[in-house]
Amino acid sequence: MHRSVADTLLPIGALIGALLLFGLFVWLGGVSPTETWLLLFKGAFGDWFSWQNTLTRAAPLMLTALCVALPARAGLIIIGGEGAVVLGGLAAAAVPYLTPLPGNGLGTLIVCVAGFAVGAAWIALAGALRQYRGVNETISSLLLAYTAIAIFKQLVEGPMRDPATLNKPSTRTLDEAIRIGGILGSDVHWGFVIGVVACIALGLWLTLTARGFSVRVVGGNPRTAQLVGLPASALILLACALGGGCAGLAGAIEVAAVHTNANASLIAGYGYAGILVSFIARHNPLAIIPVAILFGGFGAAGSLLQRRLGLPDASVQVLQGIAFVLILASEALRGVDWKAAGERFRRSMQPREVPLSSTVKPT
Amino acid sequence: MNDVLLPFLAAILGGALRVGVPFLFVSLGECLTEKSGRINLGLEGVLVLSACAAFGGSYLSGSPWIGVLVAAATGAALALLHGLLCSLPRVNDVATGIALMLLGTGLAFYLGKPLIQPQATQLPPLALGAWSESPLFQSALQVNPLLPLGLLLAVAMYWAFARTRWGLLVRLAGDSASATKALGYSVNGIRIAATAAGGAIAGLGGASLTLFYPGSWNEGISSGQGLIAVALVIFARWSPLRCVGAALLFGGAGAIGPALQSIGISSGYNLFSAVPYVLTLVILVISCRPGKVAQGSPGELSSAR
Repeated sequence: MHRSVADTLLPIGALIGALLLFGLFVWLGGVSPTETWLLLFKGAFGDWFSWQNTLTRAAPLMLTALCVALPARAGLIIIGGEGAVVLGGLAAAAVPYLTPLPGNGLGTLIVCVAGFAVGAAWIALAGALRQYRGVNETISSLLLAYTAIAIFKQLVEGPMRDPATLNKPSTRTLDEAIRIGGILGSDVHWGFVIGVVACIALGLWLTLTARGFSVRVVGGNPRTAQLVGLPASALILLACALGGGCAGLAGAIEVAAVHTNANASLIAGYGYAGILVSFIARHNPLAIIPVAILFGGFGAAGSLLQRRLGLPDASVQVLQGIAFVLILASEALRGVDWKAAGERFRRSMQPREVPLSSTVKPT
Repeated sequence: MNDVLLPFLAAILGGALRVGVPFLFVSLGECLTEKSGRINLGLEGVLVLSACAAFGGSYLSGSPWIGVLVAAATGAALALLHGLLCSLPRVNDVATGIALMLLGTGLAFYLGKPLIQPQATQLPPLALGAWSESPLFQSALQVNPLLPLGLLLAVAMYWAFARTRWGLLVRLAGDSASATKALGYSVNGIRIAATAAGGAIAGLGGASLTLFYPGSWNEGISSGQGLIAVALVIFARWSPLRCVGAALLFGGAGAIGPALQSIGISSGYNLFSAVPYVLTLVILVISCRPGKVAQGSPGELSSAR
């Protein structure tokens, strides 16, 4: 199979398989699978209302998927994007505590840059621990994520808490003027555009620029990178910082566009869902855009499944889990020589001829 | 001073014994898996799903011990899936572990939804503190009945790795796949068996979460113990005996927050809940060296290469 064909067909096949298995799963629980599939589609892409919900959810997913994809291209598996999201959101909410902000686009920019910077630093820390101390980045990034959530809760429930919020501890609400609004009066906020632009820009950066190419060399073959004298550590840290920055930006955008302040709703698992999106997109930033929209759609349909069919809210998580497992398993089909396999199959179908040596020769 | 320090120490000791038991089982399970040459990050999913299964088993049957068995079987089943998937060509064990983490927690939250309200029969505690006059220590030493089993298991694994044919085969598969093949054994077969057995052991950790401490089922039941286990095994340098010490240390670290709360210090509670993670990170930073394989690490481990 040609490589690019396999790159598209295998994930699509795995997704279809995941939907089938998910149908079987809900059927075992006594729910009609066809109705589930119909509602999944309706809730995700059925009408303009669903589309708005889907795209709003896709915005942070694209950015958190980049937090997995960029380090992965440099050879690191980072799964602690959630920490960068949470701290990025916290940083965005914290800026007005420190300094008065101009009440226009500049204020929004400052808030977003703060989120980006904190997220970048957090994931770069995991990269640095791996490069300079030899600590496994998968584990350290996850430990950092748990730590980040603890810091977030401590600050939001403690020093940064707005005394007016009683039941749900939150920080002070961002000024109306620096919030991120909807595109052309819709519910889809500009964060979606930022996500698409980030995916395209970083995709082009990886393929067209010398720096992006060097990152891919470091990830693809560290020994070659060493031979040609690439600064591996600096490139890995750059990839981690860019990815973490995107996740931090996702947190800042969620605060500035959706929640208007930092509170526990920010810990919504976008960081973890981003891992799945990036793996399905094979860590290709351009492919992340459609995959993020698809999974944003599944997320949007989750509440519809809950309301109409009484399925638990974790049903989307089950679907994601099945999809992830099948996507990885489909890797095994890559590189299968289909022609040879078909030939073997045909031969096994033909009636077996009795070998000559075993027939009794007349004497 | 003594009025404050003694309750605090008792709370830490009790916490270490209560919180440390799930850590002990997952780290032993991860240790067995890694000895065979594979990493199972999916133990987090195994832990949550088996915790749910234990609670469900105990609730439906009325016997906590049936819950424990169900948990071990569930853990083995999910880990078996990990073992089988990783045996496929070109399938990476770290990524598969992340996928099973998602799948396991998703399945647990889905199937465990109706179990959040009811109360299941709990495991009866062992009163190891009966010798003490102090009610503080008596309550701190109300020990999980699975703890002796865990300690026994650690010793048994240590002995098996050193002395038995099975233990040596697992270590052989973990240290050199080609040598295993040359001796005529199936590398994948050994690894699948070790991964499934590791999942069953981790399942006992899940059972102690829902059937002893905290003793209820909810979606926040695990706070990453399954992942910390991977770091614990590195810290324990792949020795089952050292896993015991590491697990109790982490249990104690996790108990600092609640212990402070019990003597009336509640500020910074969230920060103290992060102590186990920060401690793990610090230990990893100290015990790892760049470009060098960690001491005692199985040679085939993907994280070691």
